[in-house]
Amino acid sequence: MLAKRIIPCLDVRDGRVVKGVNFKGIKDVGDPVECAYEYNLQGADEIVFYDITASHEGRGVILDVVRETAKKVFVPLTVGGGIKTVDDIRNTLRAGADKVSVNSQAVQNPELIRKGADIFGSQCICVGIDAKKTADNKWTVYINGGRIDMGIDLIDWVKQIEQLGAGEICLNSIDTDGVRGGFDIPMLKAVVSAVKIPVIASGGAGKLSDFPDVFLETDCSAALAASLFHFGELTVPQVKAELKKHSIPVRSV
Amino acid sequence: MIAIIDYGAGNIFSVKNALDHLGIESLLTSDIETIRSAEGIILPGVGAFPWAMNKLRESGLIEEIKEQAKKKPFLGICLGMQLLFDKGFEFEECEGLGLIPGYVDKIPETDLIIPHMGWNKLEYNHECPLLHGLGDDEYVYFVHSYKAFCGDSELCAYVEYGSKVPALVSDGKYVYGCQFHPEKSGSTGLRILGNFAGLLRS
Repeated sequence: MLAKRIIPCLDVRDGRVVKGVNFKGIKDVGDPVECAYEYNLQGADEIVFYDITASHEGRGVILDVVRETAKKVFVPLTVGGGIKTVDDIRNTLRAGADKVSVNSQAVQNPELIRKGADIFGSQCICVGIDAKKTADNKWTVYINGGRIDMGIDLIDWVKQIEQLGAGEICLNSIDTDGVRGGFDIPMLKAVVSAVKIPVIASGGAGKLSDFPDVFLETDCSAALAASLFHFGELTVPQVKAELKKHSIPVRSV
Repeated sequence: MIAIIDYGAGNIFSVKNALDHLGIESLLTSDIETIRSAEGIILPGVGAFPWAMNKLRESGLIEEIKEQAKKKPFLGICLGMQLLFDKGFEFEECEGLGLIPGYVDKIPETDLIIPHMGWNKLEYNHECPLLHGLGDDEYVYFVHSYKAFCGDSELCAYVEYGSKVPALVSDGKYVYGCQFHPEKSGSTGLRILGNFAGLLRS
């Protein structure tokens, strides 16, 4: 049976982890390679690097991070943030990433999804979405880290990106992100029932029970969290043990 | 030395990284002489079946692969596993390498999330040297939309996704194929790759 995936996300700027990671036994909590390795030991099913490097010159640094991580972490690696062109996708995959996550750029240039999927295969094109509720069962898509409302209906958008060849969706709810009151169940339900590709739940995890809740109430394939894991409030094994209690299939290590 | 066949497909560095980590010598190559002199061969692959067969044909590798697979341990990974079969039906009917009887077609269940992406639990069918040392609760990483259809005698391990999905197949001699990515399957995958490398010296 296919296991539900638990995915820690590391925010990286200029090659350094942005929020301090609270791991025991790590010397340099700002080193993304060490953090990824630790998550790997904990049993993370995938690791996401979200690159928030602002300058174009700084872009190469994340590729070095991926290259080094891929030498010692043998689970899938995803890189998001700043991927604008087919060349960006190629360079990121060649550095050792298994998937790229495209967000704002996909909204502004949906052809990037089609081209990426045609050349490299759907399996490595994940589309990240930031969305916000506008009315009951209605959401619109935002870009630039949730700052600009594109006025695009979320459900129309997810159907379109599936058509374009995306292999996966990472759905972040602006309403629940940072609130730590649980994942956005209604939004996830609506998206999961609109497409056939896997959906990753993102935004809102604040406590242990949020994880069984999202998997019991929706058919999402994975749950992603950042600060919850970074600050050591919860560990991946704790989350998996809780899911097991609810008979939700997870990979044990 | 293991030759990892480089025909322009996907993330082949991961396979090399995993072998390096295990201390197993390997080379990324499309050179026929290197492939001939290797003690084992890995055929990786991400992409579409007809595209990959065309690439192998353009590189002049098809006959060589068929020949070498009779003589030394040979492992196809993901699409590389699918290419081992007689035929594929991705986009169009396409002849495969014909090293293992069977064919490759779309995962037929229509109510499933496609691709089959993520970690799935291995169920064992036949004794296989690549599975030595694995326990009862081993997960490996998959990402694919097409699956193999083969006989029971070639099926070493499978996973449940709607129905049985062949995970590890073998001709019972030198040829092995895994639908999952051992190089992305944590310690379970590294053990499987280590087991494969162990065949080289035995």
